[in-house]
Amino acid sequence: MAKRVGIEVSLAIAEAAKLANVDVVSAYPITPQTHIVEHLAGLVADGELDAAFIPVESEHSAMSACLGASAVGARTFTASAGQGLELMHEVLYVASAMRLPMVMAVANRALSAPINIWGDHSDAMAVRDTGWIQIFAENGQQVVDNVLCSFRIAEDHRVLLPVMIHLDGFHLTHVIEPIYMPEQDEVDKFLPPPQYPLPLHPDKPLTMGAFGPPYIYTEMKKAQEANLTAAKEVILQCWQEFGSIFGRDYSPVEGYHSEQTKVLLLTMGSFSETAMEAIDKMRDDGKDVGLIRLRLWRPFPFAEIRQAVKNAEVLIVLDRAISFGGPGGPVCSEIRSALYNEDTRPKVIGFVGGLGGRDISVSGFEEIITRGIEIARTGSEQEFEMYGVRE
Amino acid sequence: MAKAESELGWKDLEIGSIVAEPGSAAQYKTGDWKTQRPVLDESKCNKCGLCYIFCPEGCIKQKADGYYEIDLSYCKGCGICAMECPKDAITMVAEEE
Amino acid sequence: MMADKIAFGKRLVTKEEYFSSGHRACVGCAEALAVRLACKALGPNVIIVNATGCMEVVSSQFPYTAWSVPWIHTLFENTAAVASGVEAGLKTMKRKGRWPGQEPQVVAMAGDGGTSDIGLQALSGALERGHDFLYICFDNEAYMNTGVQRSSATPFGAATTTSPAGKESIGQVTWKKNMPAIAAAHDIPYVATACPSYPFDLMDKVAKGVATPGPAYVHILSVCPTGWRCAPELAVEIGRLAVQTGIFPLYEIEGGQYKLNVKLSKLKPVTEYLKLQGRFGHLSEATIKEIQDRVDREYAKLMEKATAVAGSS
Ligand SMILES: Cc1ncc(C[n+]2csc(CCOP(=O)(O)OP(=O)(O)O)c2C)c(N)n1
Ligand code: SF4
Ligand SMILES: [Mg+2]
Repeated sequence: MAKRVGIEVSLAIAEAAKLANVDVVSAYPITPQTHIVEHLAGLVADGELDAAFIPVESEHSAMSACLGASAVGARTFTASAGQGLELMHEVLYVASAMRLPMVMAVANRALSAPINIWGDHSDAMAVRDTGWIQIFAENGQQVVDNVLCSFRIAEDHRVLLPVMIHLDGFHLTHVIEPIYMPEQDEVDKFLPPPQYPLPLHPDKPLTMGAFGPPYIYTEMKKAQEANLTAAKEVILQCWQEFGSIFGRDYSPVEGYHSEQTKVLLLTMGSFSETAMEAIDKMRDDGKDVGLIRLRLWRPFPFAEIRQAVKNAEVLIVLDRAISFGGPGGPVCSEIRSALYNEDTRPKVIGFVGGLGGRDISVSGFEEIITRGIEIARTGSEQEFEMYGVRE
Repeated sequence: MAKAESELGWKDLEIGSIVAEPGSAAQYKTGDWKTQRPVLDESKCNKCGLCYIFCPEGCIKQKADGYYEIDLSYCKGCGICAMECPKDAITMVAEEE
Repeated sequence: MMADKIAFGKRLVTKEEYFSSGHRACVGCAEALAVRLACKALGPNVIIVNATGCMEVVSSQFPYTAWSVPWIHTLFENTAAVASGVEAGLKTMKRKGRWPGQEPQVVAMAGDGGTSDIGLQALSGALERGHDFLYICFDNEAYMNTGVQRSSATPFGAATTTSPAGKESIGQVTWKKNMPAIAAAHDIPYVATACPSYPFDLMDKVAKGVATPGPAYVHILSVCPTGWRCAPELAVEIGRLAVQTGIFPLYEIEGGQYKLNVKLSKLKPVTEYLKLQGRFGHLSEATIKEIQDRVDREYAKLMEKATAVAGSS
């Protein structure tokens, strides 16, 4: 039986990577990701994990070394955050386009300037279109479980894609939580060693990363798009199987008092837990409000989202990132566009908040919901509102 | 690949658009780039093989008799072989239209 | 004589081509020649990691490949880092019993831009970490793939599209970055310079570099007729002149000790080299003299380092 242990989430991630018996870890330190990779380096140094830890000189090289390791078929893990993720940017596209499976934990962090080491989703949104599978976690248990699921998904021959697990910097990375750590033999059964179908090997010389002129680039991108979209089915299967073995269920969109509810709030990541408290409180006060937590960000769960909000009249979306000069939050605009062609759909009201590590309290969520209902009724001068900003 | 490159559909692509056939560039004939062509006079050749060594295309091959022959279907007509041949056994002649 | 090899004196060179005909390099490209020769020296048991640049573009236009060895290209500046991952990945899999067959050698290839400019950090990191791989820089002294822009390896006085010669400019105003010395400063076991105009020396060095445990660096001067504005048939001759004028001496650095491979009793004047190339066509007597003085000085320094070794042994 799995033991429930009190452990810092960052260390639990490293322990999960150890349970996954990763072959190569290549990483560069950046707050708030550091504890993850420090612990992995320690596990390798102590001989508890038989892996190569490559202490590269930048995140660009961290991700590049991951490409190389994955291309020879090694199980590959890394972690980054904020500026580090941005420095990896062009390399991320290559990992997905070349179908190189690997798993990366992203300790979500605000982007400079000004430099700010605390959490928001600016880094995640900046890499939205890189072609990776992207999962948002709300607590330490979800991160640990999804590290294991992500390797299964990434290495599935129907998928062969890299996976990013987003977790909020500090809010999640640096807290101690009670987490069930699965037993090694259970993990070994769930996650057998990887078998990359087309590795670099002298027995079968392949050319990876050929030059793709206009006559073929579009086809290459279509293949990539079809592959990522189809990965959803495998993700669902994997989560289902994980649930049946380990007893914890995951789905792309999670509702909380959301059925037949007129007003819904949508959040991603660790803020969901506070938002749930706000929902409880408002429901106690007799208000018809509920919560939608979006967990699978890519591939985007269109059907599940449409299903989850179809009876609502107001959908309030909280983004922890901003698309400057645009429609506000990237999540809100995607939700809006996913619903636009539906015959019946809620009004979608966007808020941006929780930037650069600023907390949103229970009463803050209550304010957001109340204000959202008001905007839905009266309209607003703005495309979106920034929560909690001082004049 | 059976289909022409401009006819390949997305479902024809390998995982990650890998090219699985080693050395398939040999199907691409660069010989029609040339404006001049090397002509080798075996009576002058001492079989030193320097033309073979210095050919950027790798299109000069040694024959069973030890002499060399130039595969004009790849030769781009650079003239390095003629230049480097210590016996002046290779001359460059203009390609006719 | 073995049927699959050709004898050149006592040397045997494989007939196998791992960089095949049908590649799209320009007419007379000595960079392609250098790659071809390097591949002969490497043989089949390698994994090549290639940077963006001329050699990648001319060799891998989908759906064709000139490569008969496992080959990966990802980006421009990360070649040494990708090679680090390949090396670490296959060593770990070997140790864990999941790598079938022989362990291949890892070889990174990049141009001078991909090496001495944008890829320098990744290269320095990989050399410092001590990965077991060979890094080959194919130096054609500019960013040729994008249309002959200057790099830090472009020589003083050369005109490129971003260091053009003009009324107020002699072209490139900086001296060529000493990349082999930078590699050597990492205290790696093997550093060498080579040029395809000395093909056997080149193949020996590539073979030695790849066989060396730990990081090895080979810097190959590769004449580019397109960028240097010279006659294609002169590509090999110009490389030879680069060596014979002392502009690009051929040497090895092992354990910090320099060894000259082509010893010259007297250097040819640099004009013999410069005058064959359009990129130097605008140079005045005074600038040529400046180049000559610098070459003499640098060559003397190198001789000192090399003879110091000879003297002490
Ligand atoms: C990040 C990035 N910046 C710029 C480029 C454009 N680029 C591609 S190849 C190249 C020059 C290559 O020069 P070098 O490394 O000397 O190789 P060569 O083509 O001369 O053989 C440049 C600037 C790129 N592909 N990626
Ligand atoms: S531009 Fe120069 S290096 Fe590039 S293929 Fe042409 S000749 Fe070779
Ligand atoms: Mg160059």
